Amino acid sequence: MKHKTFFWFILPTFLAMFFFITLPIISVTIQSLHTPHENVLVTVENCDPFGCKKATSINHEATQNLKKNNPLGKYVGLDIYFDRGHLAIEQVKNLWSKTNNFFEFLKLTADLPFYKALFFTLTFTFTVTPIMLVLGLLIALGVNSFNQKLKGLIIFFSLLPMIVTPLIGSIILFWMIDSRGIVGNFLQILFEDPGLSLKASTFLTWIMLIVYGVWHAIPFSFIVFYAGLQTLPKDQIESAQIDGANTFQQTIHIIIPHIMPLITFVTLMQLMDNFRVFEPIVGFNAEAHATSLSWIIFNDLGGETRQLSAAATSSILTIFGIIILLLPVLIKTWKEFEFKK
Amino acid sequence: MRLFLIKILSSIIFLTSTSAFACSISARVSIVGNEFPAIQTVGSGAKECKGAKVSANLTADHQKINVAGMSSEPAEYTSAIVANTSIVALLNEDLIRPLDSLVKKHGKGLKKNQLITIDGKIMAVAFMANAQHLVYRKDILKKLNIDVPKTYEEMLFAAKKIRDAGLVKNPVGGAYKAGWNLAQEFNNMFIGYGGSHFKGNTAEPNVNSESGVKALEMMKALSGYMNPDFLTHDSNATNAEFRAGNVAIMNMWGSRAATLVDVDGVSDEVKNGMDIAGPMTVGGGKIPASTLFWDGWTVAKKISDKEAEATFIAMTNAIRPSIMDNDDIRKQAVWLIDGYKPTEAAKGVFAAAKMSTTPYPMLPYAGLMHSAIGKEISDFMQGKETAKKTLSDIEDAYRASAKEKGFL
Repeated sequence: MKHKTFFWFILPTFLAMFFFITLPIISVTIQSLHTPHENVLVTVENCDPFGCKKATSINHEATQNLKKNNPLGKYVGLDIYFDRGHLAIEQVKNLWSKTNNFFEFLKLTADLPFYKALFFTLTFTFTVTPIMLVLGLLIALGVNSFNQKLKGLIIFFSLLPMIVTPLIGSIILFWMIDSRGIVGNFLQILFEDPGLSLKASTFLTWIMLIVYGVWHAIPFSFIVFYAGLQTLPKDQIESAQIDGANTFQQTIHIIIPHIMPLITFVTLMQLMDNFRVFEPIVGFNAEAHATSLSWIIFNDLGGETRQLSAAATSSILTIFGIIILLLPVLIKTWKEFEFKK
Repeated sequence: MRLFLIKILSSIIFLTSTSAFACSISARVSIVGNEFPAIQTVGSGAKECKGAKVSANLTADHQKINVAGMSSEPAEYTSAIVANTSIVALLNEDLIRPLDSLVKKHGKGLKKNQLITIDGKIMAVAFMANAQHLVYRKDILKKLNIDVPKTYEEMLFAAKKIRDAGLVKNPVGGAYKAGWNLAQEFNNMFIGYGGSHFKGNTAEPNVNSESGVKALEMMKALSGYMNPDFLTHDSNATNAEFRAGNVAIMNMWGSRAATLVDVDGVSDEVKNGMDIAGPMTVGGGKIPASTLFWDGWTVAKKISDKEAEATFIAMTNAIRPSIMDNDDIRKQAVWLIDGYKPTEAAKGVFAAAKMSTTPYPMLPYAGLMHSAIGKEISDFMQGKETAKKTLSDIEDAYRASAKEKGFL
């Protein structure tokens, strides 16, 4: 493509990205460096049906002046990044000097809200992504070898988990795995433990969320791999068969290298997707056992407290996390691109 | 004769039409609020007004949307139905307007104790009172010869007896869902043990105390008699457990207890066995381990005066004294409306008021404390850390957010 043609071709996308991605990220970055002004507090008398009482309240006129002079709020630099709700530099330092071994240090660090969320998010990402890749490929291979007539039907049913809205899907499963639900009850009978509850233990909640994550993401990898399998080089497979390669050898040496670009693509998408895990935590009411970075952002923004600066800071940290996570894959793709050139 | 009939008919039509058109407004009204029977009554009462569009968005997530929905210019919502907890967020952001002149002009039916004043200015109009109190199955207690619990210690004793007798496996219920609900249960217990959340009139936290430890330990002891999934049960789920006969004693909101068993599918055993009583005390204290709430409505600041007036008229119409003639509505809550005669369902909240239960504090930083408690306390409930550690975590989490919001 000529450079000029390419420019006009890419311009709308570029503009959309600038206005809807770049500008918001800049605004969020600025927000994360500022906090609201200190409130001017006054003691006033409040009356309600239960009587009158002296109480503290915000003096809006005095606070208004501060806000008018400096609408962005108070500049605090990286204070929010380092506070207990985020990187908790001071607390981590303290723990490092106080604890005797690394395991204890990790355990106590994992109690700080940001690291707690990070540990779950990473565990979720690095279990769901590989399991989903392998299972997706196996299903694609299985469906590909099916009778032509049955294929359409099987593909339709395999796609169902992705069609269901994540929040709705998780709420449905939440009730099924309840100790009185069909799945929860079945597990109680299976393990002969009437007190077994998936929702009461952190370990089982994590497993449940991971299983849900895999269930929800498999259709995506399956359908991409299935599409890739339709372009398999028939002559190569035939010659491999003539040379006496069995199915496993064919898969390892021909099929996987052939769809490698697709595997990279699915990995990239799923790393990003799983790193921002959110809906299942809300749907499964799992916040007592598992929180994720996205959940922290949602929780800070919602409710009556509305901590905008805290949410902005978590967002920036999440973006950094995704960049670090994708770096190896991006570098690999870039190298391949250079090599081809 | 025929003329007479026509006369009667036309006068009936005239009468019904005047009563339906009694409330007329000339600008839009848009309400956001929580979702339970009494508030639904208020919402539909406002919708009776004719002349302009009245819409109501009643949802359990109202606290997540009311601040945002009233911050725009003009505000999307012209009125938010709030409680003494949730009004604080609107006051902090300066989103609601003083109602003094509107009360003078249109508020003849309102009683003085319905008017919520902050620093002398009327900022909200309350229509009901609420508190958490005991809800229990009298048939089960009678069978085992147990007195109705007056303290949490007696509740534990009753729970043990019920479980040992094999009547109900997990007899205690409670809205212990991690987050707001769990924090509210802690607040109750903490106040019951004589704790106070802040040091004096400052924003400095004060929960890391002996009362805090005792409150946590009592909650842990109670949770031993609850469904193991208790950290996922909010008040709706707890009520469902009660309706299904899986819970025999629980601490529940007055606003929900009144109509608890009035749904389809509840067995007669539960329907006839259910009864309510006042809130419980704990640790030999005199003040109940509960908090008093009022629910009321506000009018947005960032709307035109015309819309504010229409909103005030519609909301006043929704809580006019004549709705107290309807028995179903009367039963829904402990109304603060003129002409309200308490029903059987109100005795729990009335007992709470009589025992001088502490009202939930209307402090600008109370919400931050509430959410810090909600975030940190579930680790203790799961036995992952000690009470002391949890309480100091709560204070640290609160300090971080209060610093950010400019209170410390």
